[in-house]
Formats: sequence, structure tokens, C-alpha cells
Amino acid sequence: MRSVGPTDEVMVEQRVATLSTRSIKRESKMWALRTAIAMTDLTTLEGMDTIGKVRQLSYKAIRQDPTDPSIPSVAAVCVYPNLVGMAAEALSGSGVRVAAVSTYFPSGQAPLDLKVAETRRVVSDGAEEVDMVIDRGAFLAGDYRKVFEEVAAVREAAGEACLKVILETGELGSYDNVRKASMLAMAAGADFIKTSTGKVRPAATLPVTLVMLEAIRDFHRMSGRTVGMKPAGGIGAAKQAIKWLVVLNETLGLEWMTPQRFRFGASSLLNDLLMQIRWLNTGRYQSADYFTRA
Amino acid sequence: MGNRHPVPESEGNFPLWEYQESRENPGLASVRDRYGLWIDGKEVEPLTGKWFPSIEPATEDHLAMVAEAGAADVDRAVKSARAAAGDWAARPASDRAKLLFRIARLIQERSRELAVLDTRDGGKPIREARDVDLPLVAAHFFYHAGWADKLEYAFAGVEPRPLGVVGQVIPWNFPLLMAAWKIAPALATGNTVVLKPAETTPLSAMRLAELTADAGLPPGVLNVITGAGRTGADLVGHRGVDKVAFTGSTEVGKQIRRRLAGAGKSLTLELGGKGAHIVFEDAPMDQAVEGVVNGIFFNQGQVCCAGSRLLVQESVATEFVERLRRRLATLRVGDPLDKNTDVGAINSAAQLEKITGLVESGRKEGALIYQPACRLPDRGYWFPPTLFTEVSQSHRIAQEEIFGPVLSILTFRTPAEAVDRANNTPYGLASGVWTSKGSRILWMADRLASGVVWANTYNQFDPASPFGGVKESGFGREGGRHGLAAYLRGVG
Repeated sequence: MRSVGPTDEVMVEQRVATLSTRSIKRESKMWALRTAIAMTDLTTLEGMDTIGKVRQLSYKAIRQDPTDPSIPSVAAVCVYPNLVGMAAEALSGSGVRVAAVSTYFPSGQAPLDLKVAETRRVVSDGAEEVDMVIDRGAFLAGDYRKVFEEVAAVREAAGEACLKVILETGELGSYDNVRKASMLAMAAGADFIKTSTGKVRPAATLPVTLVMLEAIRDFHRMSGRTVGMKPAGGIGAAKQAIKWLVVLNETLGLEWMTPQRFRFGASSLLNDLLMQIRWLNTGRYQSADYFTRA
Repeated sequence: MGNRHPVPESEGNFPLWEYQESRENPGLASVRDRYGLWIDGKEVEPLTGKWFPSIEPATEDHLAMVAEAGAADVDRAVKSARAAAGDWAARPASDRAKLLFRIARLIQERSRELAVLDTRDGGKPIREARDVDLPLVAAHFFYHAGWADKLEYAFAGVEPRPLGVVGQVIPWNFPLLMAAWKIAPALATGNTVVLKPAETTPLSAMRLAELTADAGLPPGVLNVITGAGRTGADLVGHRGVDKVAFTGSTEVGKQIRRRLAGAGKSLTLELGGKGAHIVFEDAPMDQAVEGVVNGIFFNQGQVCCAGSRLLVQESVATEFVERLRRRLATLRVGDPLDKNTDVGAINSAAQLEKITGLVESGRKEGALIYQPACRLPDRGYWFPPTLFTEVSQSHRIAQEEIFGPVLSILTFRTPAEAVDRANNTPYGLASGVWTSKGSRILWMADRLASGVVWANTYNQFDPASPFGGVKESGFGREGGRHGLAAYLRGVG
């Protein structure tokens, strides 16, 4: 783990502060808003989730704005394991993918065989993407081998599904740890690394995202393998999403600015993106009631 | 002018999402046709009857005509400062504090206007003027306002007294910020001022003078005279000036010191530099890249403490240069008023010529040049971000201050060698150490002949932190208690 190299928070935060001042207007802004929609993993992860809620969300994922069919579908709908079958049915044929959280989300405090079994089950129920959590307890105790082996085992259990590994950066305590955990997850086979479960504050922050994007760049440089990035939790406004895209752009470039390599894990973000698009098109803000709530 | 500097294609470039232009409104700052001299609390015509143009470097457009102060004008200004000196020094110190606080607040209120003015007159990116220069300008006035009535606590056991009339000459790279660095401590300590801004960037200092009058600063306490080197020489040589504070080139600094020898005047000089970034193999690589980029491309490298030399440990040199090149490809060069511009225009045709000449010498002496592909505007003074590798200590580009967006990269093997190379220059203003080993930072800081040593960061400024050089980078400090001492009798 020593070869991973350190980070330094002063310049990480300064870089992010500078990039946050980018002024994105007109066509650039429209492109960003539409791209952000196509990158969204529309998420519901509540104890009160029901079949009805997931069905509503799935329809919303396919067609967000009944008045503007040109708006792209979101990338995926992300749900708890027992709602995967329902989501798969509702999304069937739409191009919107089904993502399931797994490995005893959000805490990950369960034996490995249960995590593997859960992962096999969500994939057989129709999940095309699996969002797993790392064992933060093991990570913080310095048992990197355990973290690595768990990710590798879930990777295998996930088969062809896209594997997103949640680091829960809000529990890791330092940017150095975020970088270490990123490298560990990528080396163990992650297709995406993801900041947060959304259940812990702080969730996704820009500095953490920058550290993870730099780790992705370095991993790509060392291994040739391309890994995607998913900030999740706390990104509710279009203005924030644009800042994330700017950081992505100036760290990894246009090649990463696709849903294949970047996702937003969000729920309330979508309607703000739609509202901003309508503002760009009409020059007016419309009431939130003009945008459907799933 | 077009592509004066042909740009080679290079592997550092990768496709980026293009941002549409987002231009700050130039009309935020009204620019008058003519600016006179600010003497005795009002604007007056120069006795010389002469005026010179101030050019907008990004467009080469004529911006305004500015008065050229001759010896008689300098004399008027110094006499006005002298006449005001007694009352100003005798005032309750809390009065001086109140006025400085008012000036600070007016600067904050006018910061968008002042940022646009510096950007148009000097060519610096509006992002830097807005986010770095102006906040620091206000901070310097606030900080020194706080000291004004507490000077006796700054220096125990002595009664601090002002020097009298201070003649100040400042450069064009941070027009308003350099004015603030000079004026705020001088006024807080009870001196009166004659300030000469640089001839290419006089407008914001004239606007500041108006604001001080709005704040209620008594006539004569601050005078601003404009002109070129001749005017500056008249000011520093004037017999009525008790103290000279100069920021600018080492060459001019030497002339001033010779001229002032035996004249009984106090002197502080903040001169050139050839700052070194020293990057060890255990440094946080991407953050070090960020710091190096900030250190040399901030304000187009026209910074006295610019980190214009990179000393990188040989074991990571290839990797580090590759990261740097990649980062350079994301720098946005162009219209300084575009809020997304990272690198703006070079301040003047003369400065561009100097940069071009030194870069040419680097090529001729055999260093390898790298410039990212960037489209430069057709008009205006531009120079692309430039890296030189295969540089040796004996190359001119490793020795002379370029004052442009040009980084010379050298390597080292051991910490001792890094110190030796970093110190192997007549200058000693600033350096940066990049390592994750705390003990090495302290070891290096003890040995670097450098007024400032930054660790894992660069170009961090605060009014409470003294700034200044050693060796040919000058003497005297600006900021903090040390900075106050430079304007007081009987201390330090």
C-alpha cells in the first residue's frame, strides 16, 4: 500500500475551489445539464420503499418530462435487493439499467458468504449493475487484505454486471485513506468507484471526488484499465452537478464524460436539472409543481 | 500578430469539454479619457503638460491618457505630503484606524469595478483579480487598520514614531495589491505617502486615491503621481522624502541603493527572484503539479516570487514532467475578462519581447521546449505556457529572472544537492518544498537562502505574514509586525 502515494489536502482543496469558479453558460450549460441527466442513477434507498414507489421511479427514469421528449433517459435506477425484480420489469426494454445495492448495504457488516449470496441473487433477479460497500471496519483496522478479498469475491459473484464499489468516504477520515481505498477497490476489480451510501454525512464532496479521479487516472496509467466514478449523496442542485462535471473535465477530460464512465447517484437532482433546462429554453423558472415527483 | 509563437503538437493534449465564453462586463469600471495627478486631495494637471497612453495589453487598444509627472510635480506632491505629515502623525491613532477601515470597506464595495480595472489595464485574468488580488487588497487595509492604534503593543518598550514622508514606487504585476501593501502600513504607522504606480498600470491607483478621498482621508496624506522611470527616480531622489520603499527589478533596486547611499533615508527593497520548487519522490504528485502550475503560471509568471525553476528528484522526474504536461493542456489562455481564463495577457510589448528573447536563448543553448497547443488571440501581447527540460544550471533560463510563463526543469539526486542548486542563484525570495516527510521540510527550510519557504503549497499570502527577500531579492519585510517596523522610527 505504500506505493499508492500520498495526497495533500491544501492543494486538493485549492484546486477544487478554483475549478468551482468556472462559469458555464448557454450551450455549454445545456450540454452539461443534458449530460448530467444521462449520467444519473436515479436512486431510492429507503426502508419505506414499495413496489409502487419503484414503479413510479422507473417510469420517471425513462420519461422525466412529458413535455420534452428530447430529454435523455437516466442511466440507471438504483434500488434495494428485494425490489430488483420489480424494477427490471418496469424498465424492461427501455435502455435504463437496473442497479442494486448489495453486500448488506449500507453498513456492510455481514459475513462474506452472505454478501456473495446477496450479490448472486440480485444479479439473477435482473440487476445489471451492483453497488457494493467496502468493509470500512476492516479498512480502518488496516486489514487491507480482507477488503481486497471481499471486493474480489463480490466481483466474481457479480459476473457480467457492472461493479460499483462504495468507499463511504465520509467514514474514512482522510484524503490519503480515500486514495488508498480507491486503489484497493480498483485493483480488486471495481468497474466504478463510488463515494458514498448516502446514509453518512458528509457524502460526496468535490475534494474527495478529485482525489478519486486522480486515483483513477493513476490506476489507468499503471494498469491500462479504465475505471468509472460515481459521486453519490448530497448532490441535489444542477449548479453542483455542473461543478462536478468541470472537475471531471479538467482531471480526466472528455473521454470520461459519458454514462459509461461517470454517474451521479441522486434523487432530487433530476428535477433541478429539468428546471434549469426549461429555464435555458424559455428564460423563465417554472414552479416545482410543473416537474413530476416520482 | 497572429501566431507569433508556433506551437508544436504534443502528447500532453487530450480532448476537453469546451466552455463557452463567459465575459465579465468591462463596463463595470468606467475609464476616463484622461487621468491627472492626485496631489493634495484632488486631481491636478501635470506641470509638464505631458501625457502618455495606457494600453490594454489584451487588445493593444488605447485605454486612457495619463499625466506624466516631472520634477516640479514630484516636488509639489512631496510638499503636500510634508504639509500633511504633522497633523496626520498627531491625530489620535484611532482616527487613522477608522479611516483605514473605511477605505477597506470601500474597496470591498468596489471590488468588482477595481478587479475589472486591473484586468483591463494590466492583462491579468479576471478570476485572479477578483479572487486573489482584491480580497488581499481589502485584507491589507483591514489588517493595518487594526494595528493603527495598537502600535505600542507591537513593539514593547519603545514609543513607535512615524518616519515622515514616504516615497513608494510599485510595479505593474499586481497594480492595486502592491499599492495596498505599500499604502496601508505607511498610513497606519502615521506616515504620509507619495506613491508612483507603474506607467503601464496606473489606473487602479488613481481610482484608489479617489476612494480614499471619499473615505475622508485628509488632503496630502496620500498623493499619487504617474510617470515612467524618470518620475520614479525624481521621487526617490527628492530631498523631502524620509523613506523609500521600492518593489521592482533588482537592476533598478541597485540603482536606487547607490543613489540613496549616505542620503540619510530609510530604504526597503523588494526585488526580483528565481524561485525554486523542490519536488521530492515522496511528494503528493498531483498536488505538487498543482502547486508548480500555480507557482509559475499565476499572473502569467509575472510574479517576483514565481517558482520559475523546478528541481525534481531524478527518480520521479519523467513521471512528474508527464503529469505537468497533461496539466498544462488544461490551462485556458486568452481573453483576461473571460471568467474561465487561467492565463491572460503579458503586461506590455516590452515585457513580451524580454520573455521571447530569453526563451529563444533557452532554445539556442540546447534546452528542450514544450508548449501545449493553444490558440492565442490575434491582437494583444501573448505568450503560451512554456516548459523547458534538459536545463542545466549554466543556462540563462536557469539563472535570469524571466518574469513570464516559463518554467525551467532541472533534476537532483539528494536533499543536499537540491539545497545547493536552489541556492545557486543571486536571488533569494521564495521557494517551495514538496514532500510528505515533515522533518525534511524543516531541514530544507533551515538551509534554503530564501525569504519565504512554502511547504506543500505555493503563493499563499496573508497580511499578517511578513514577505521579503534575502540576497539580491532585497531587504525589509512587508506584512506582519516586521512590515510595520519598516515604517517606524526607533524600532526593529
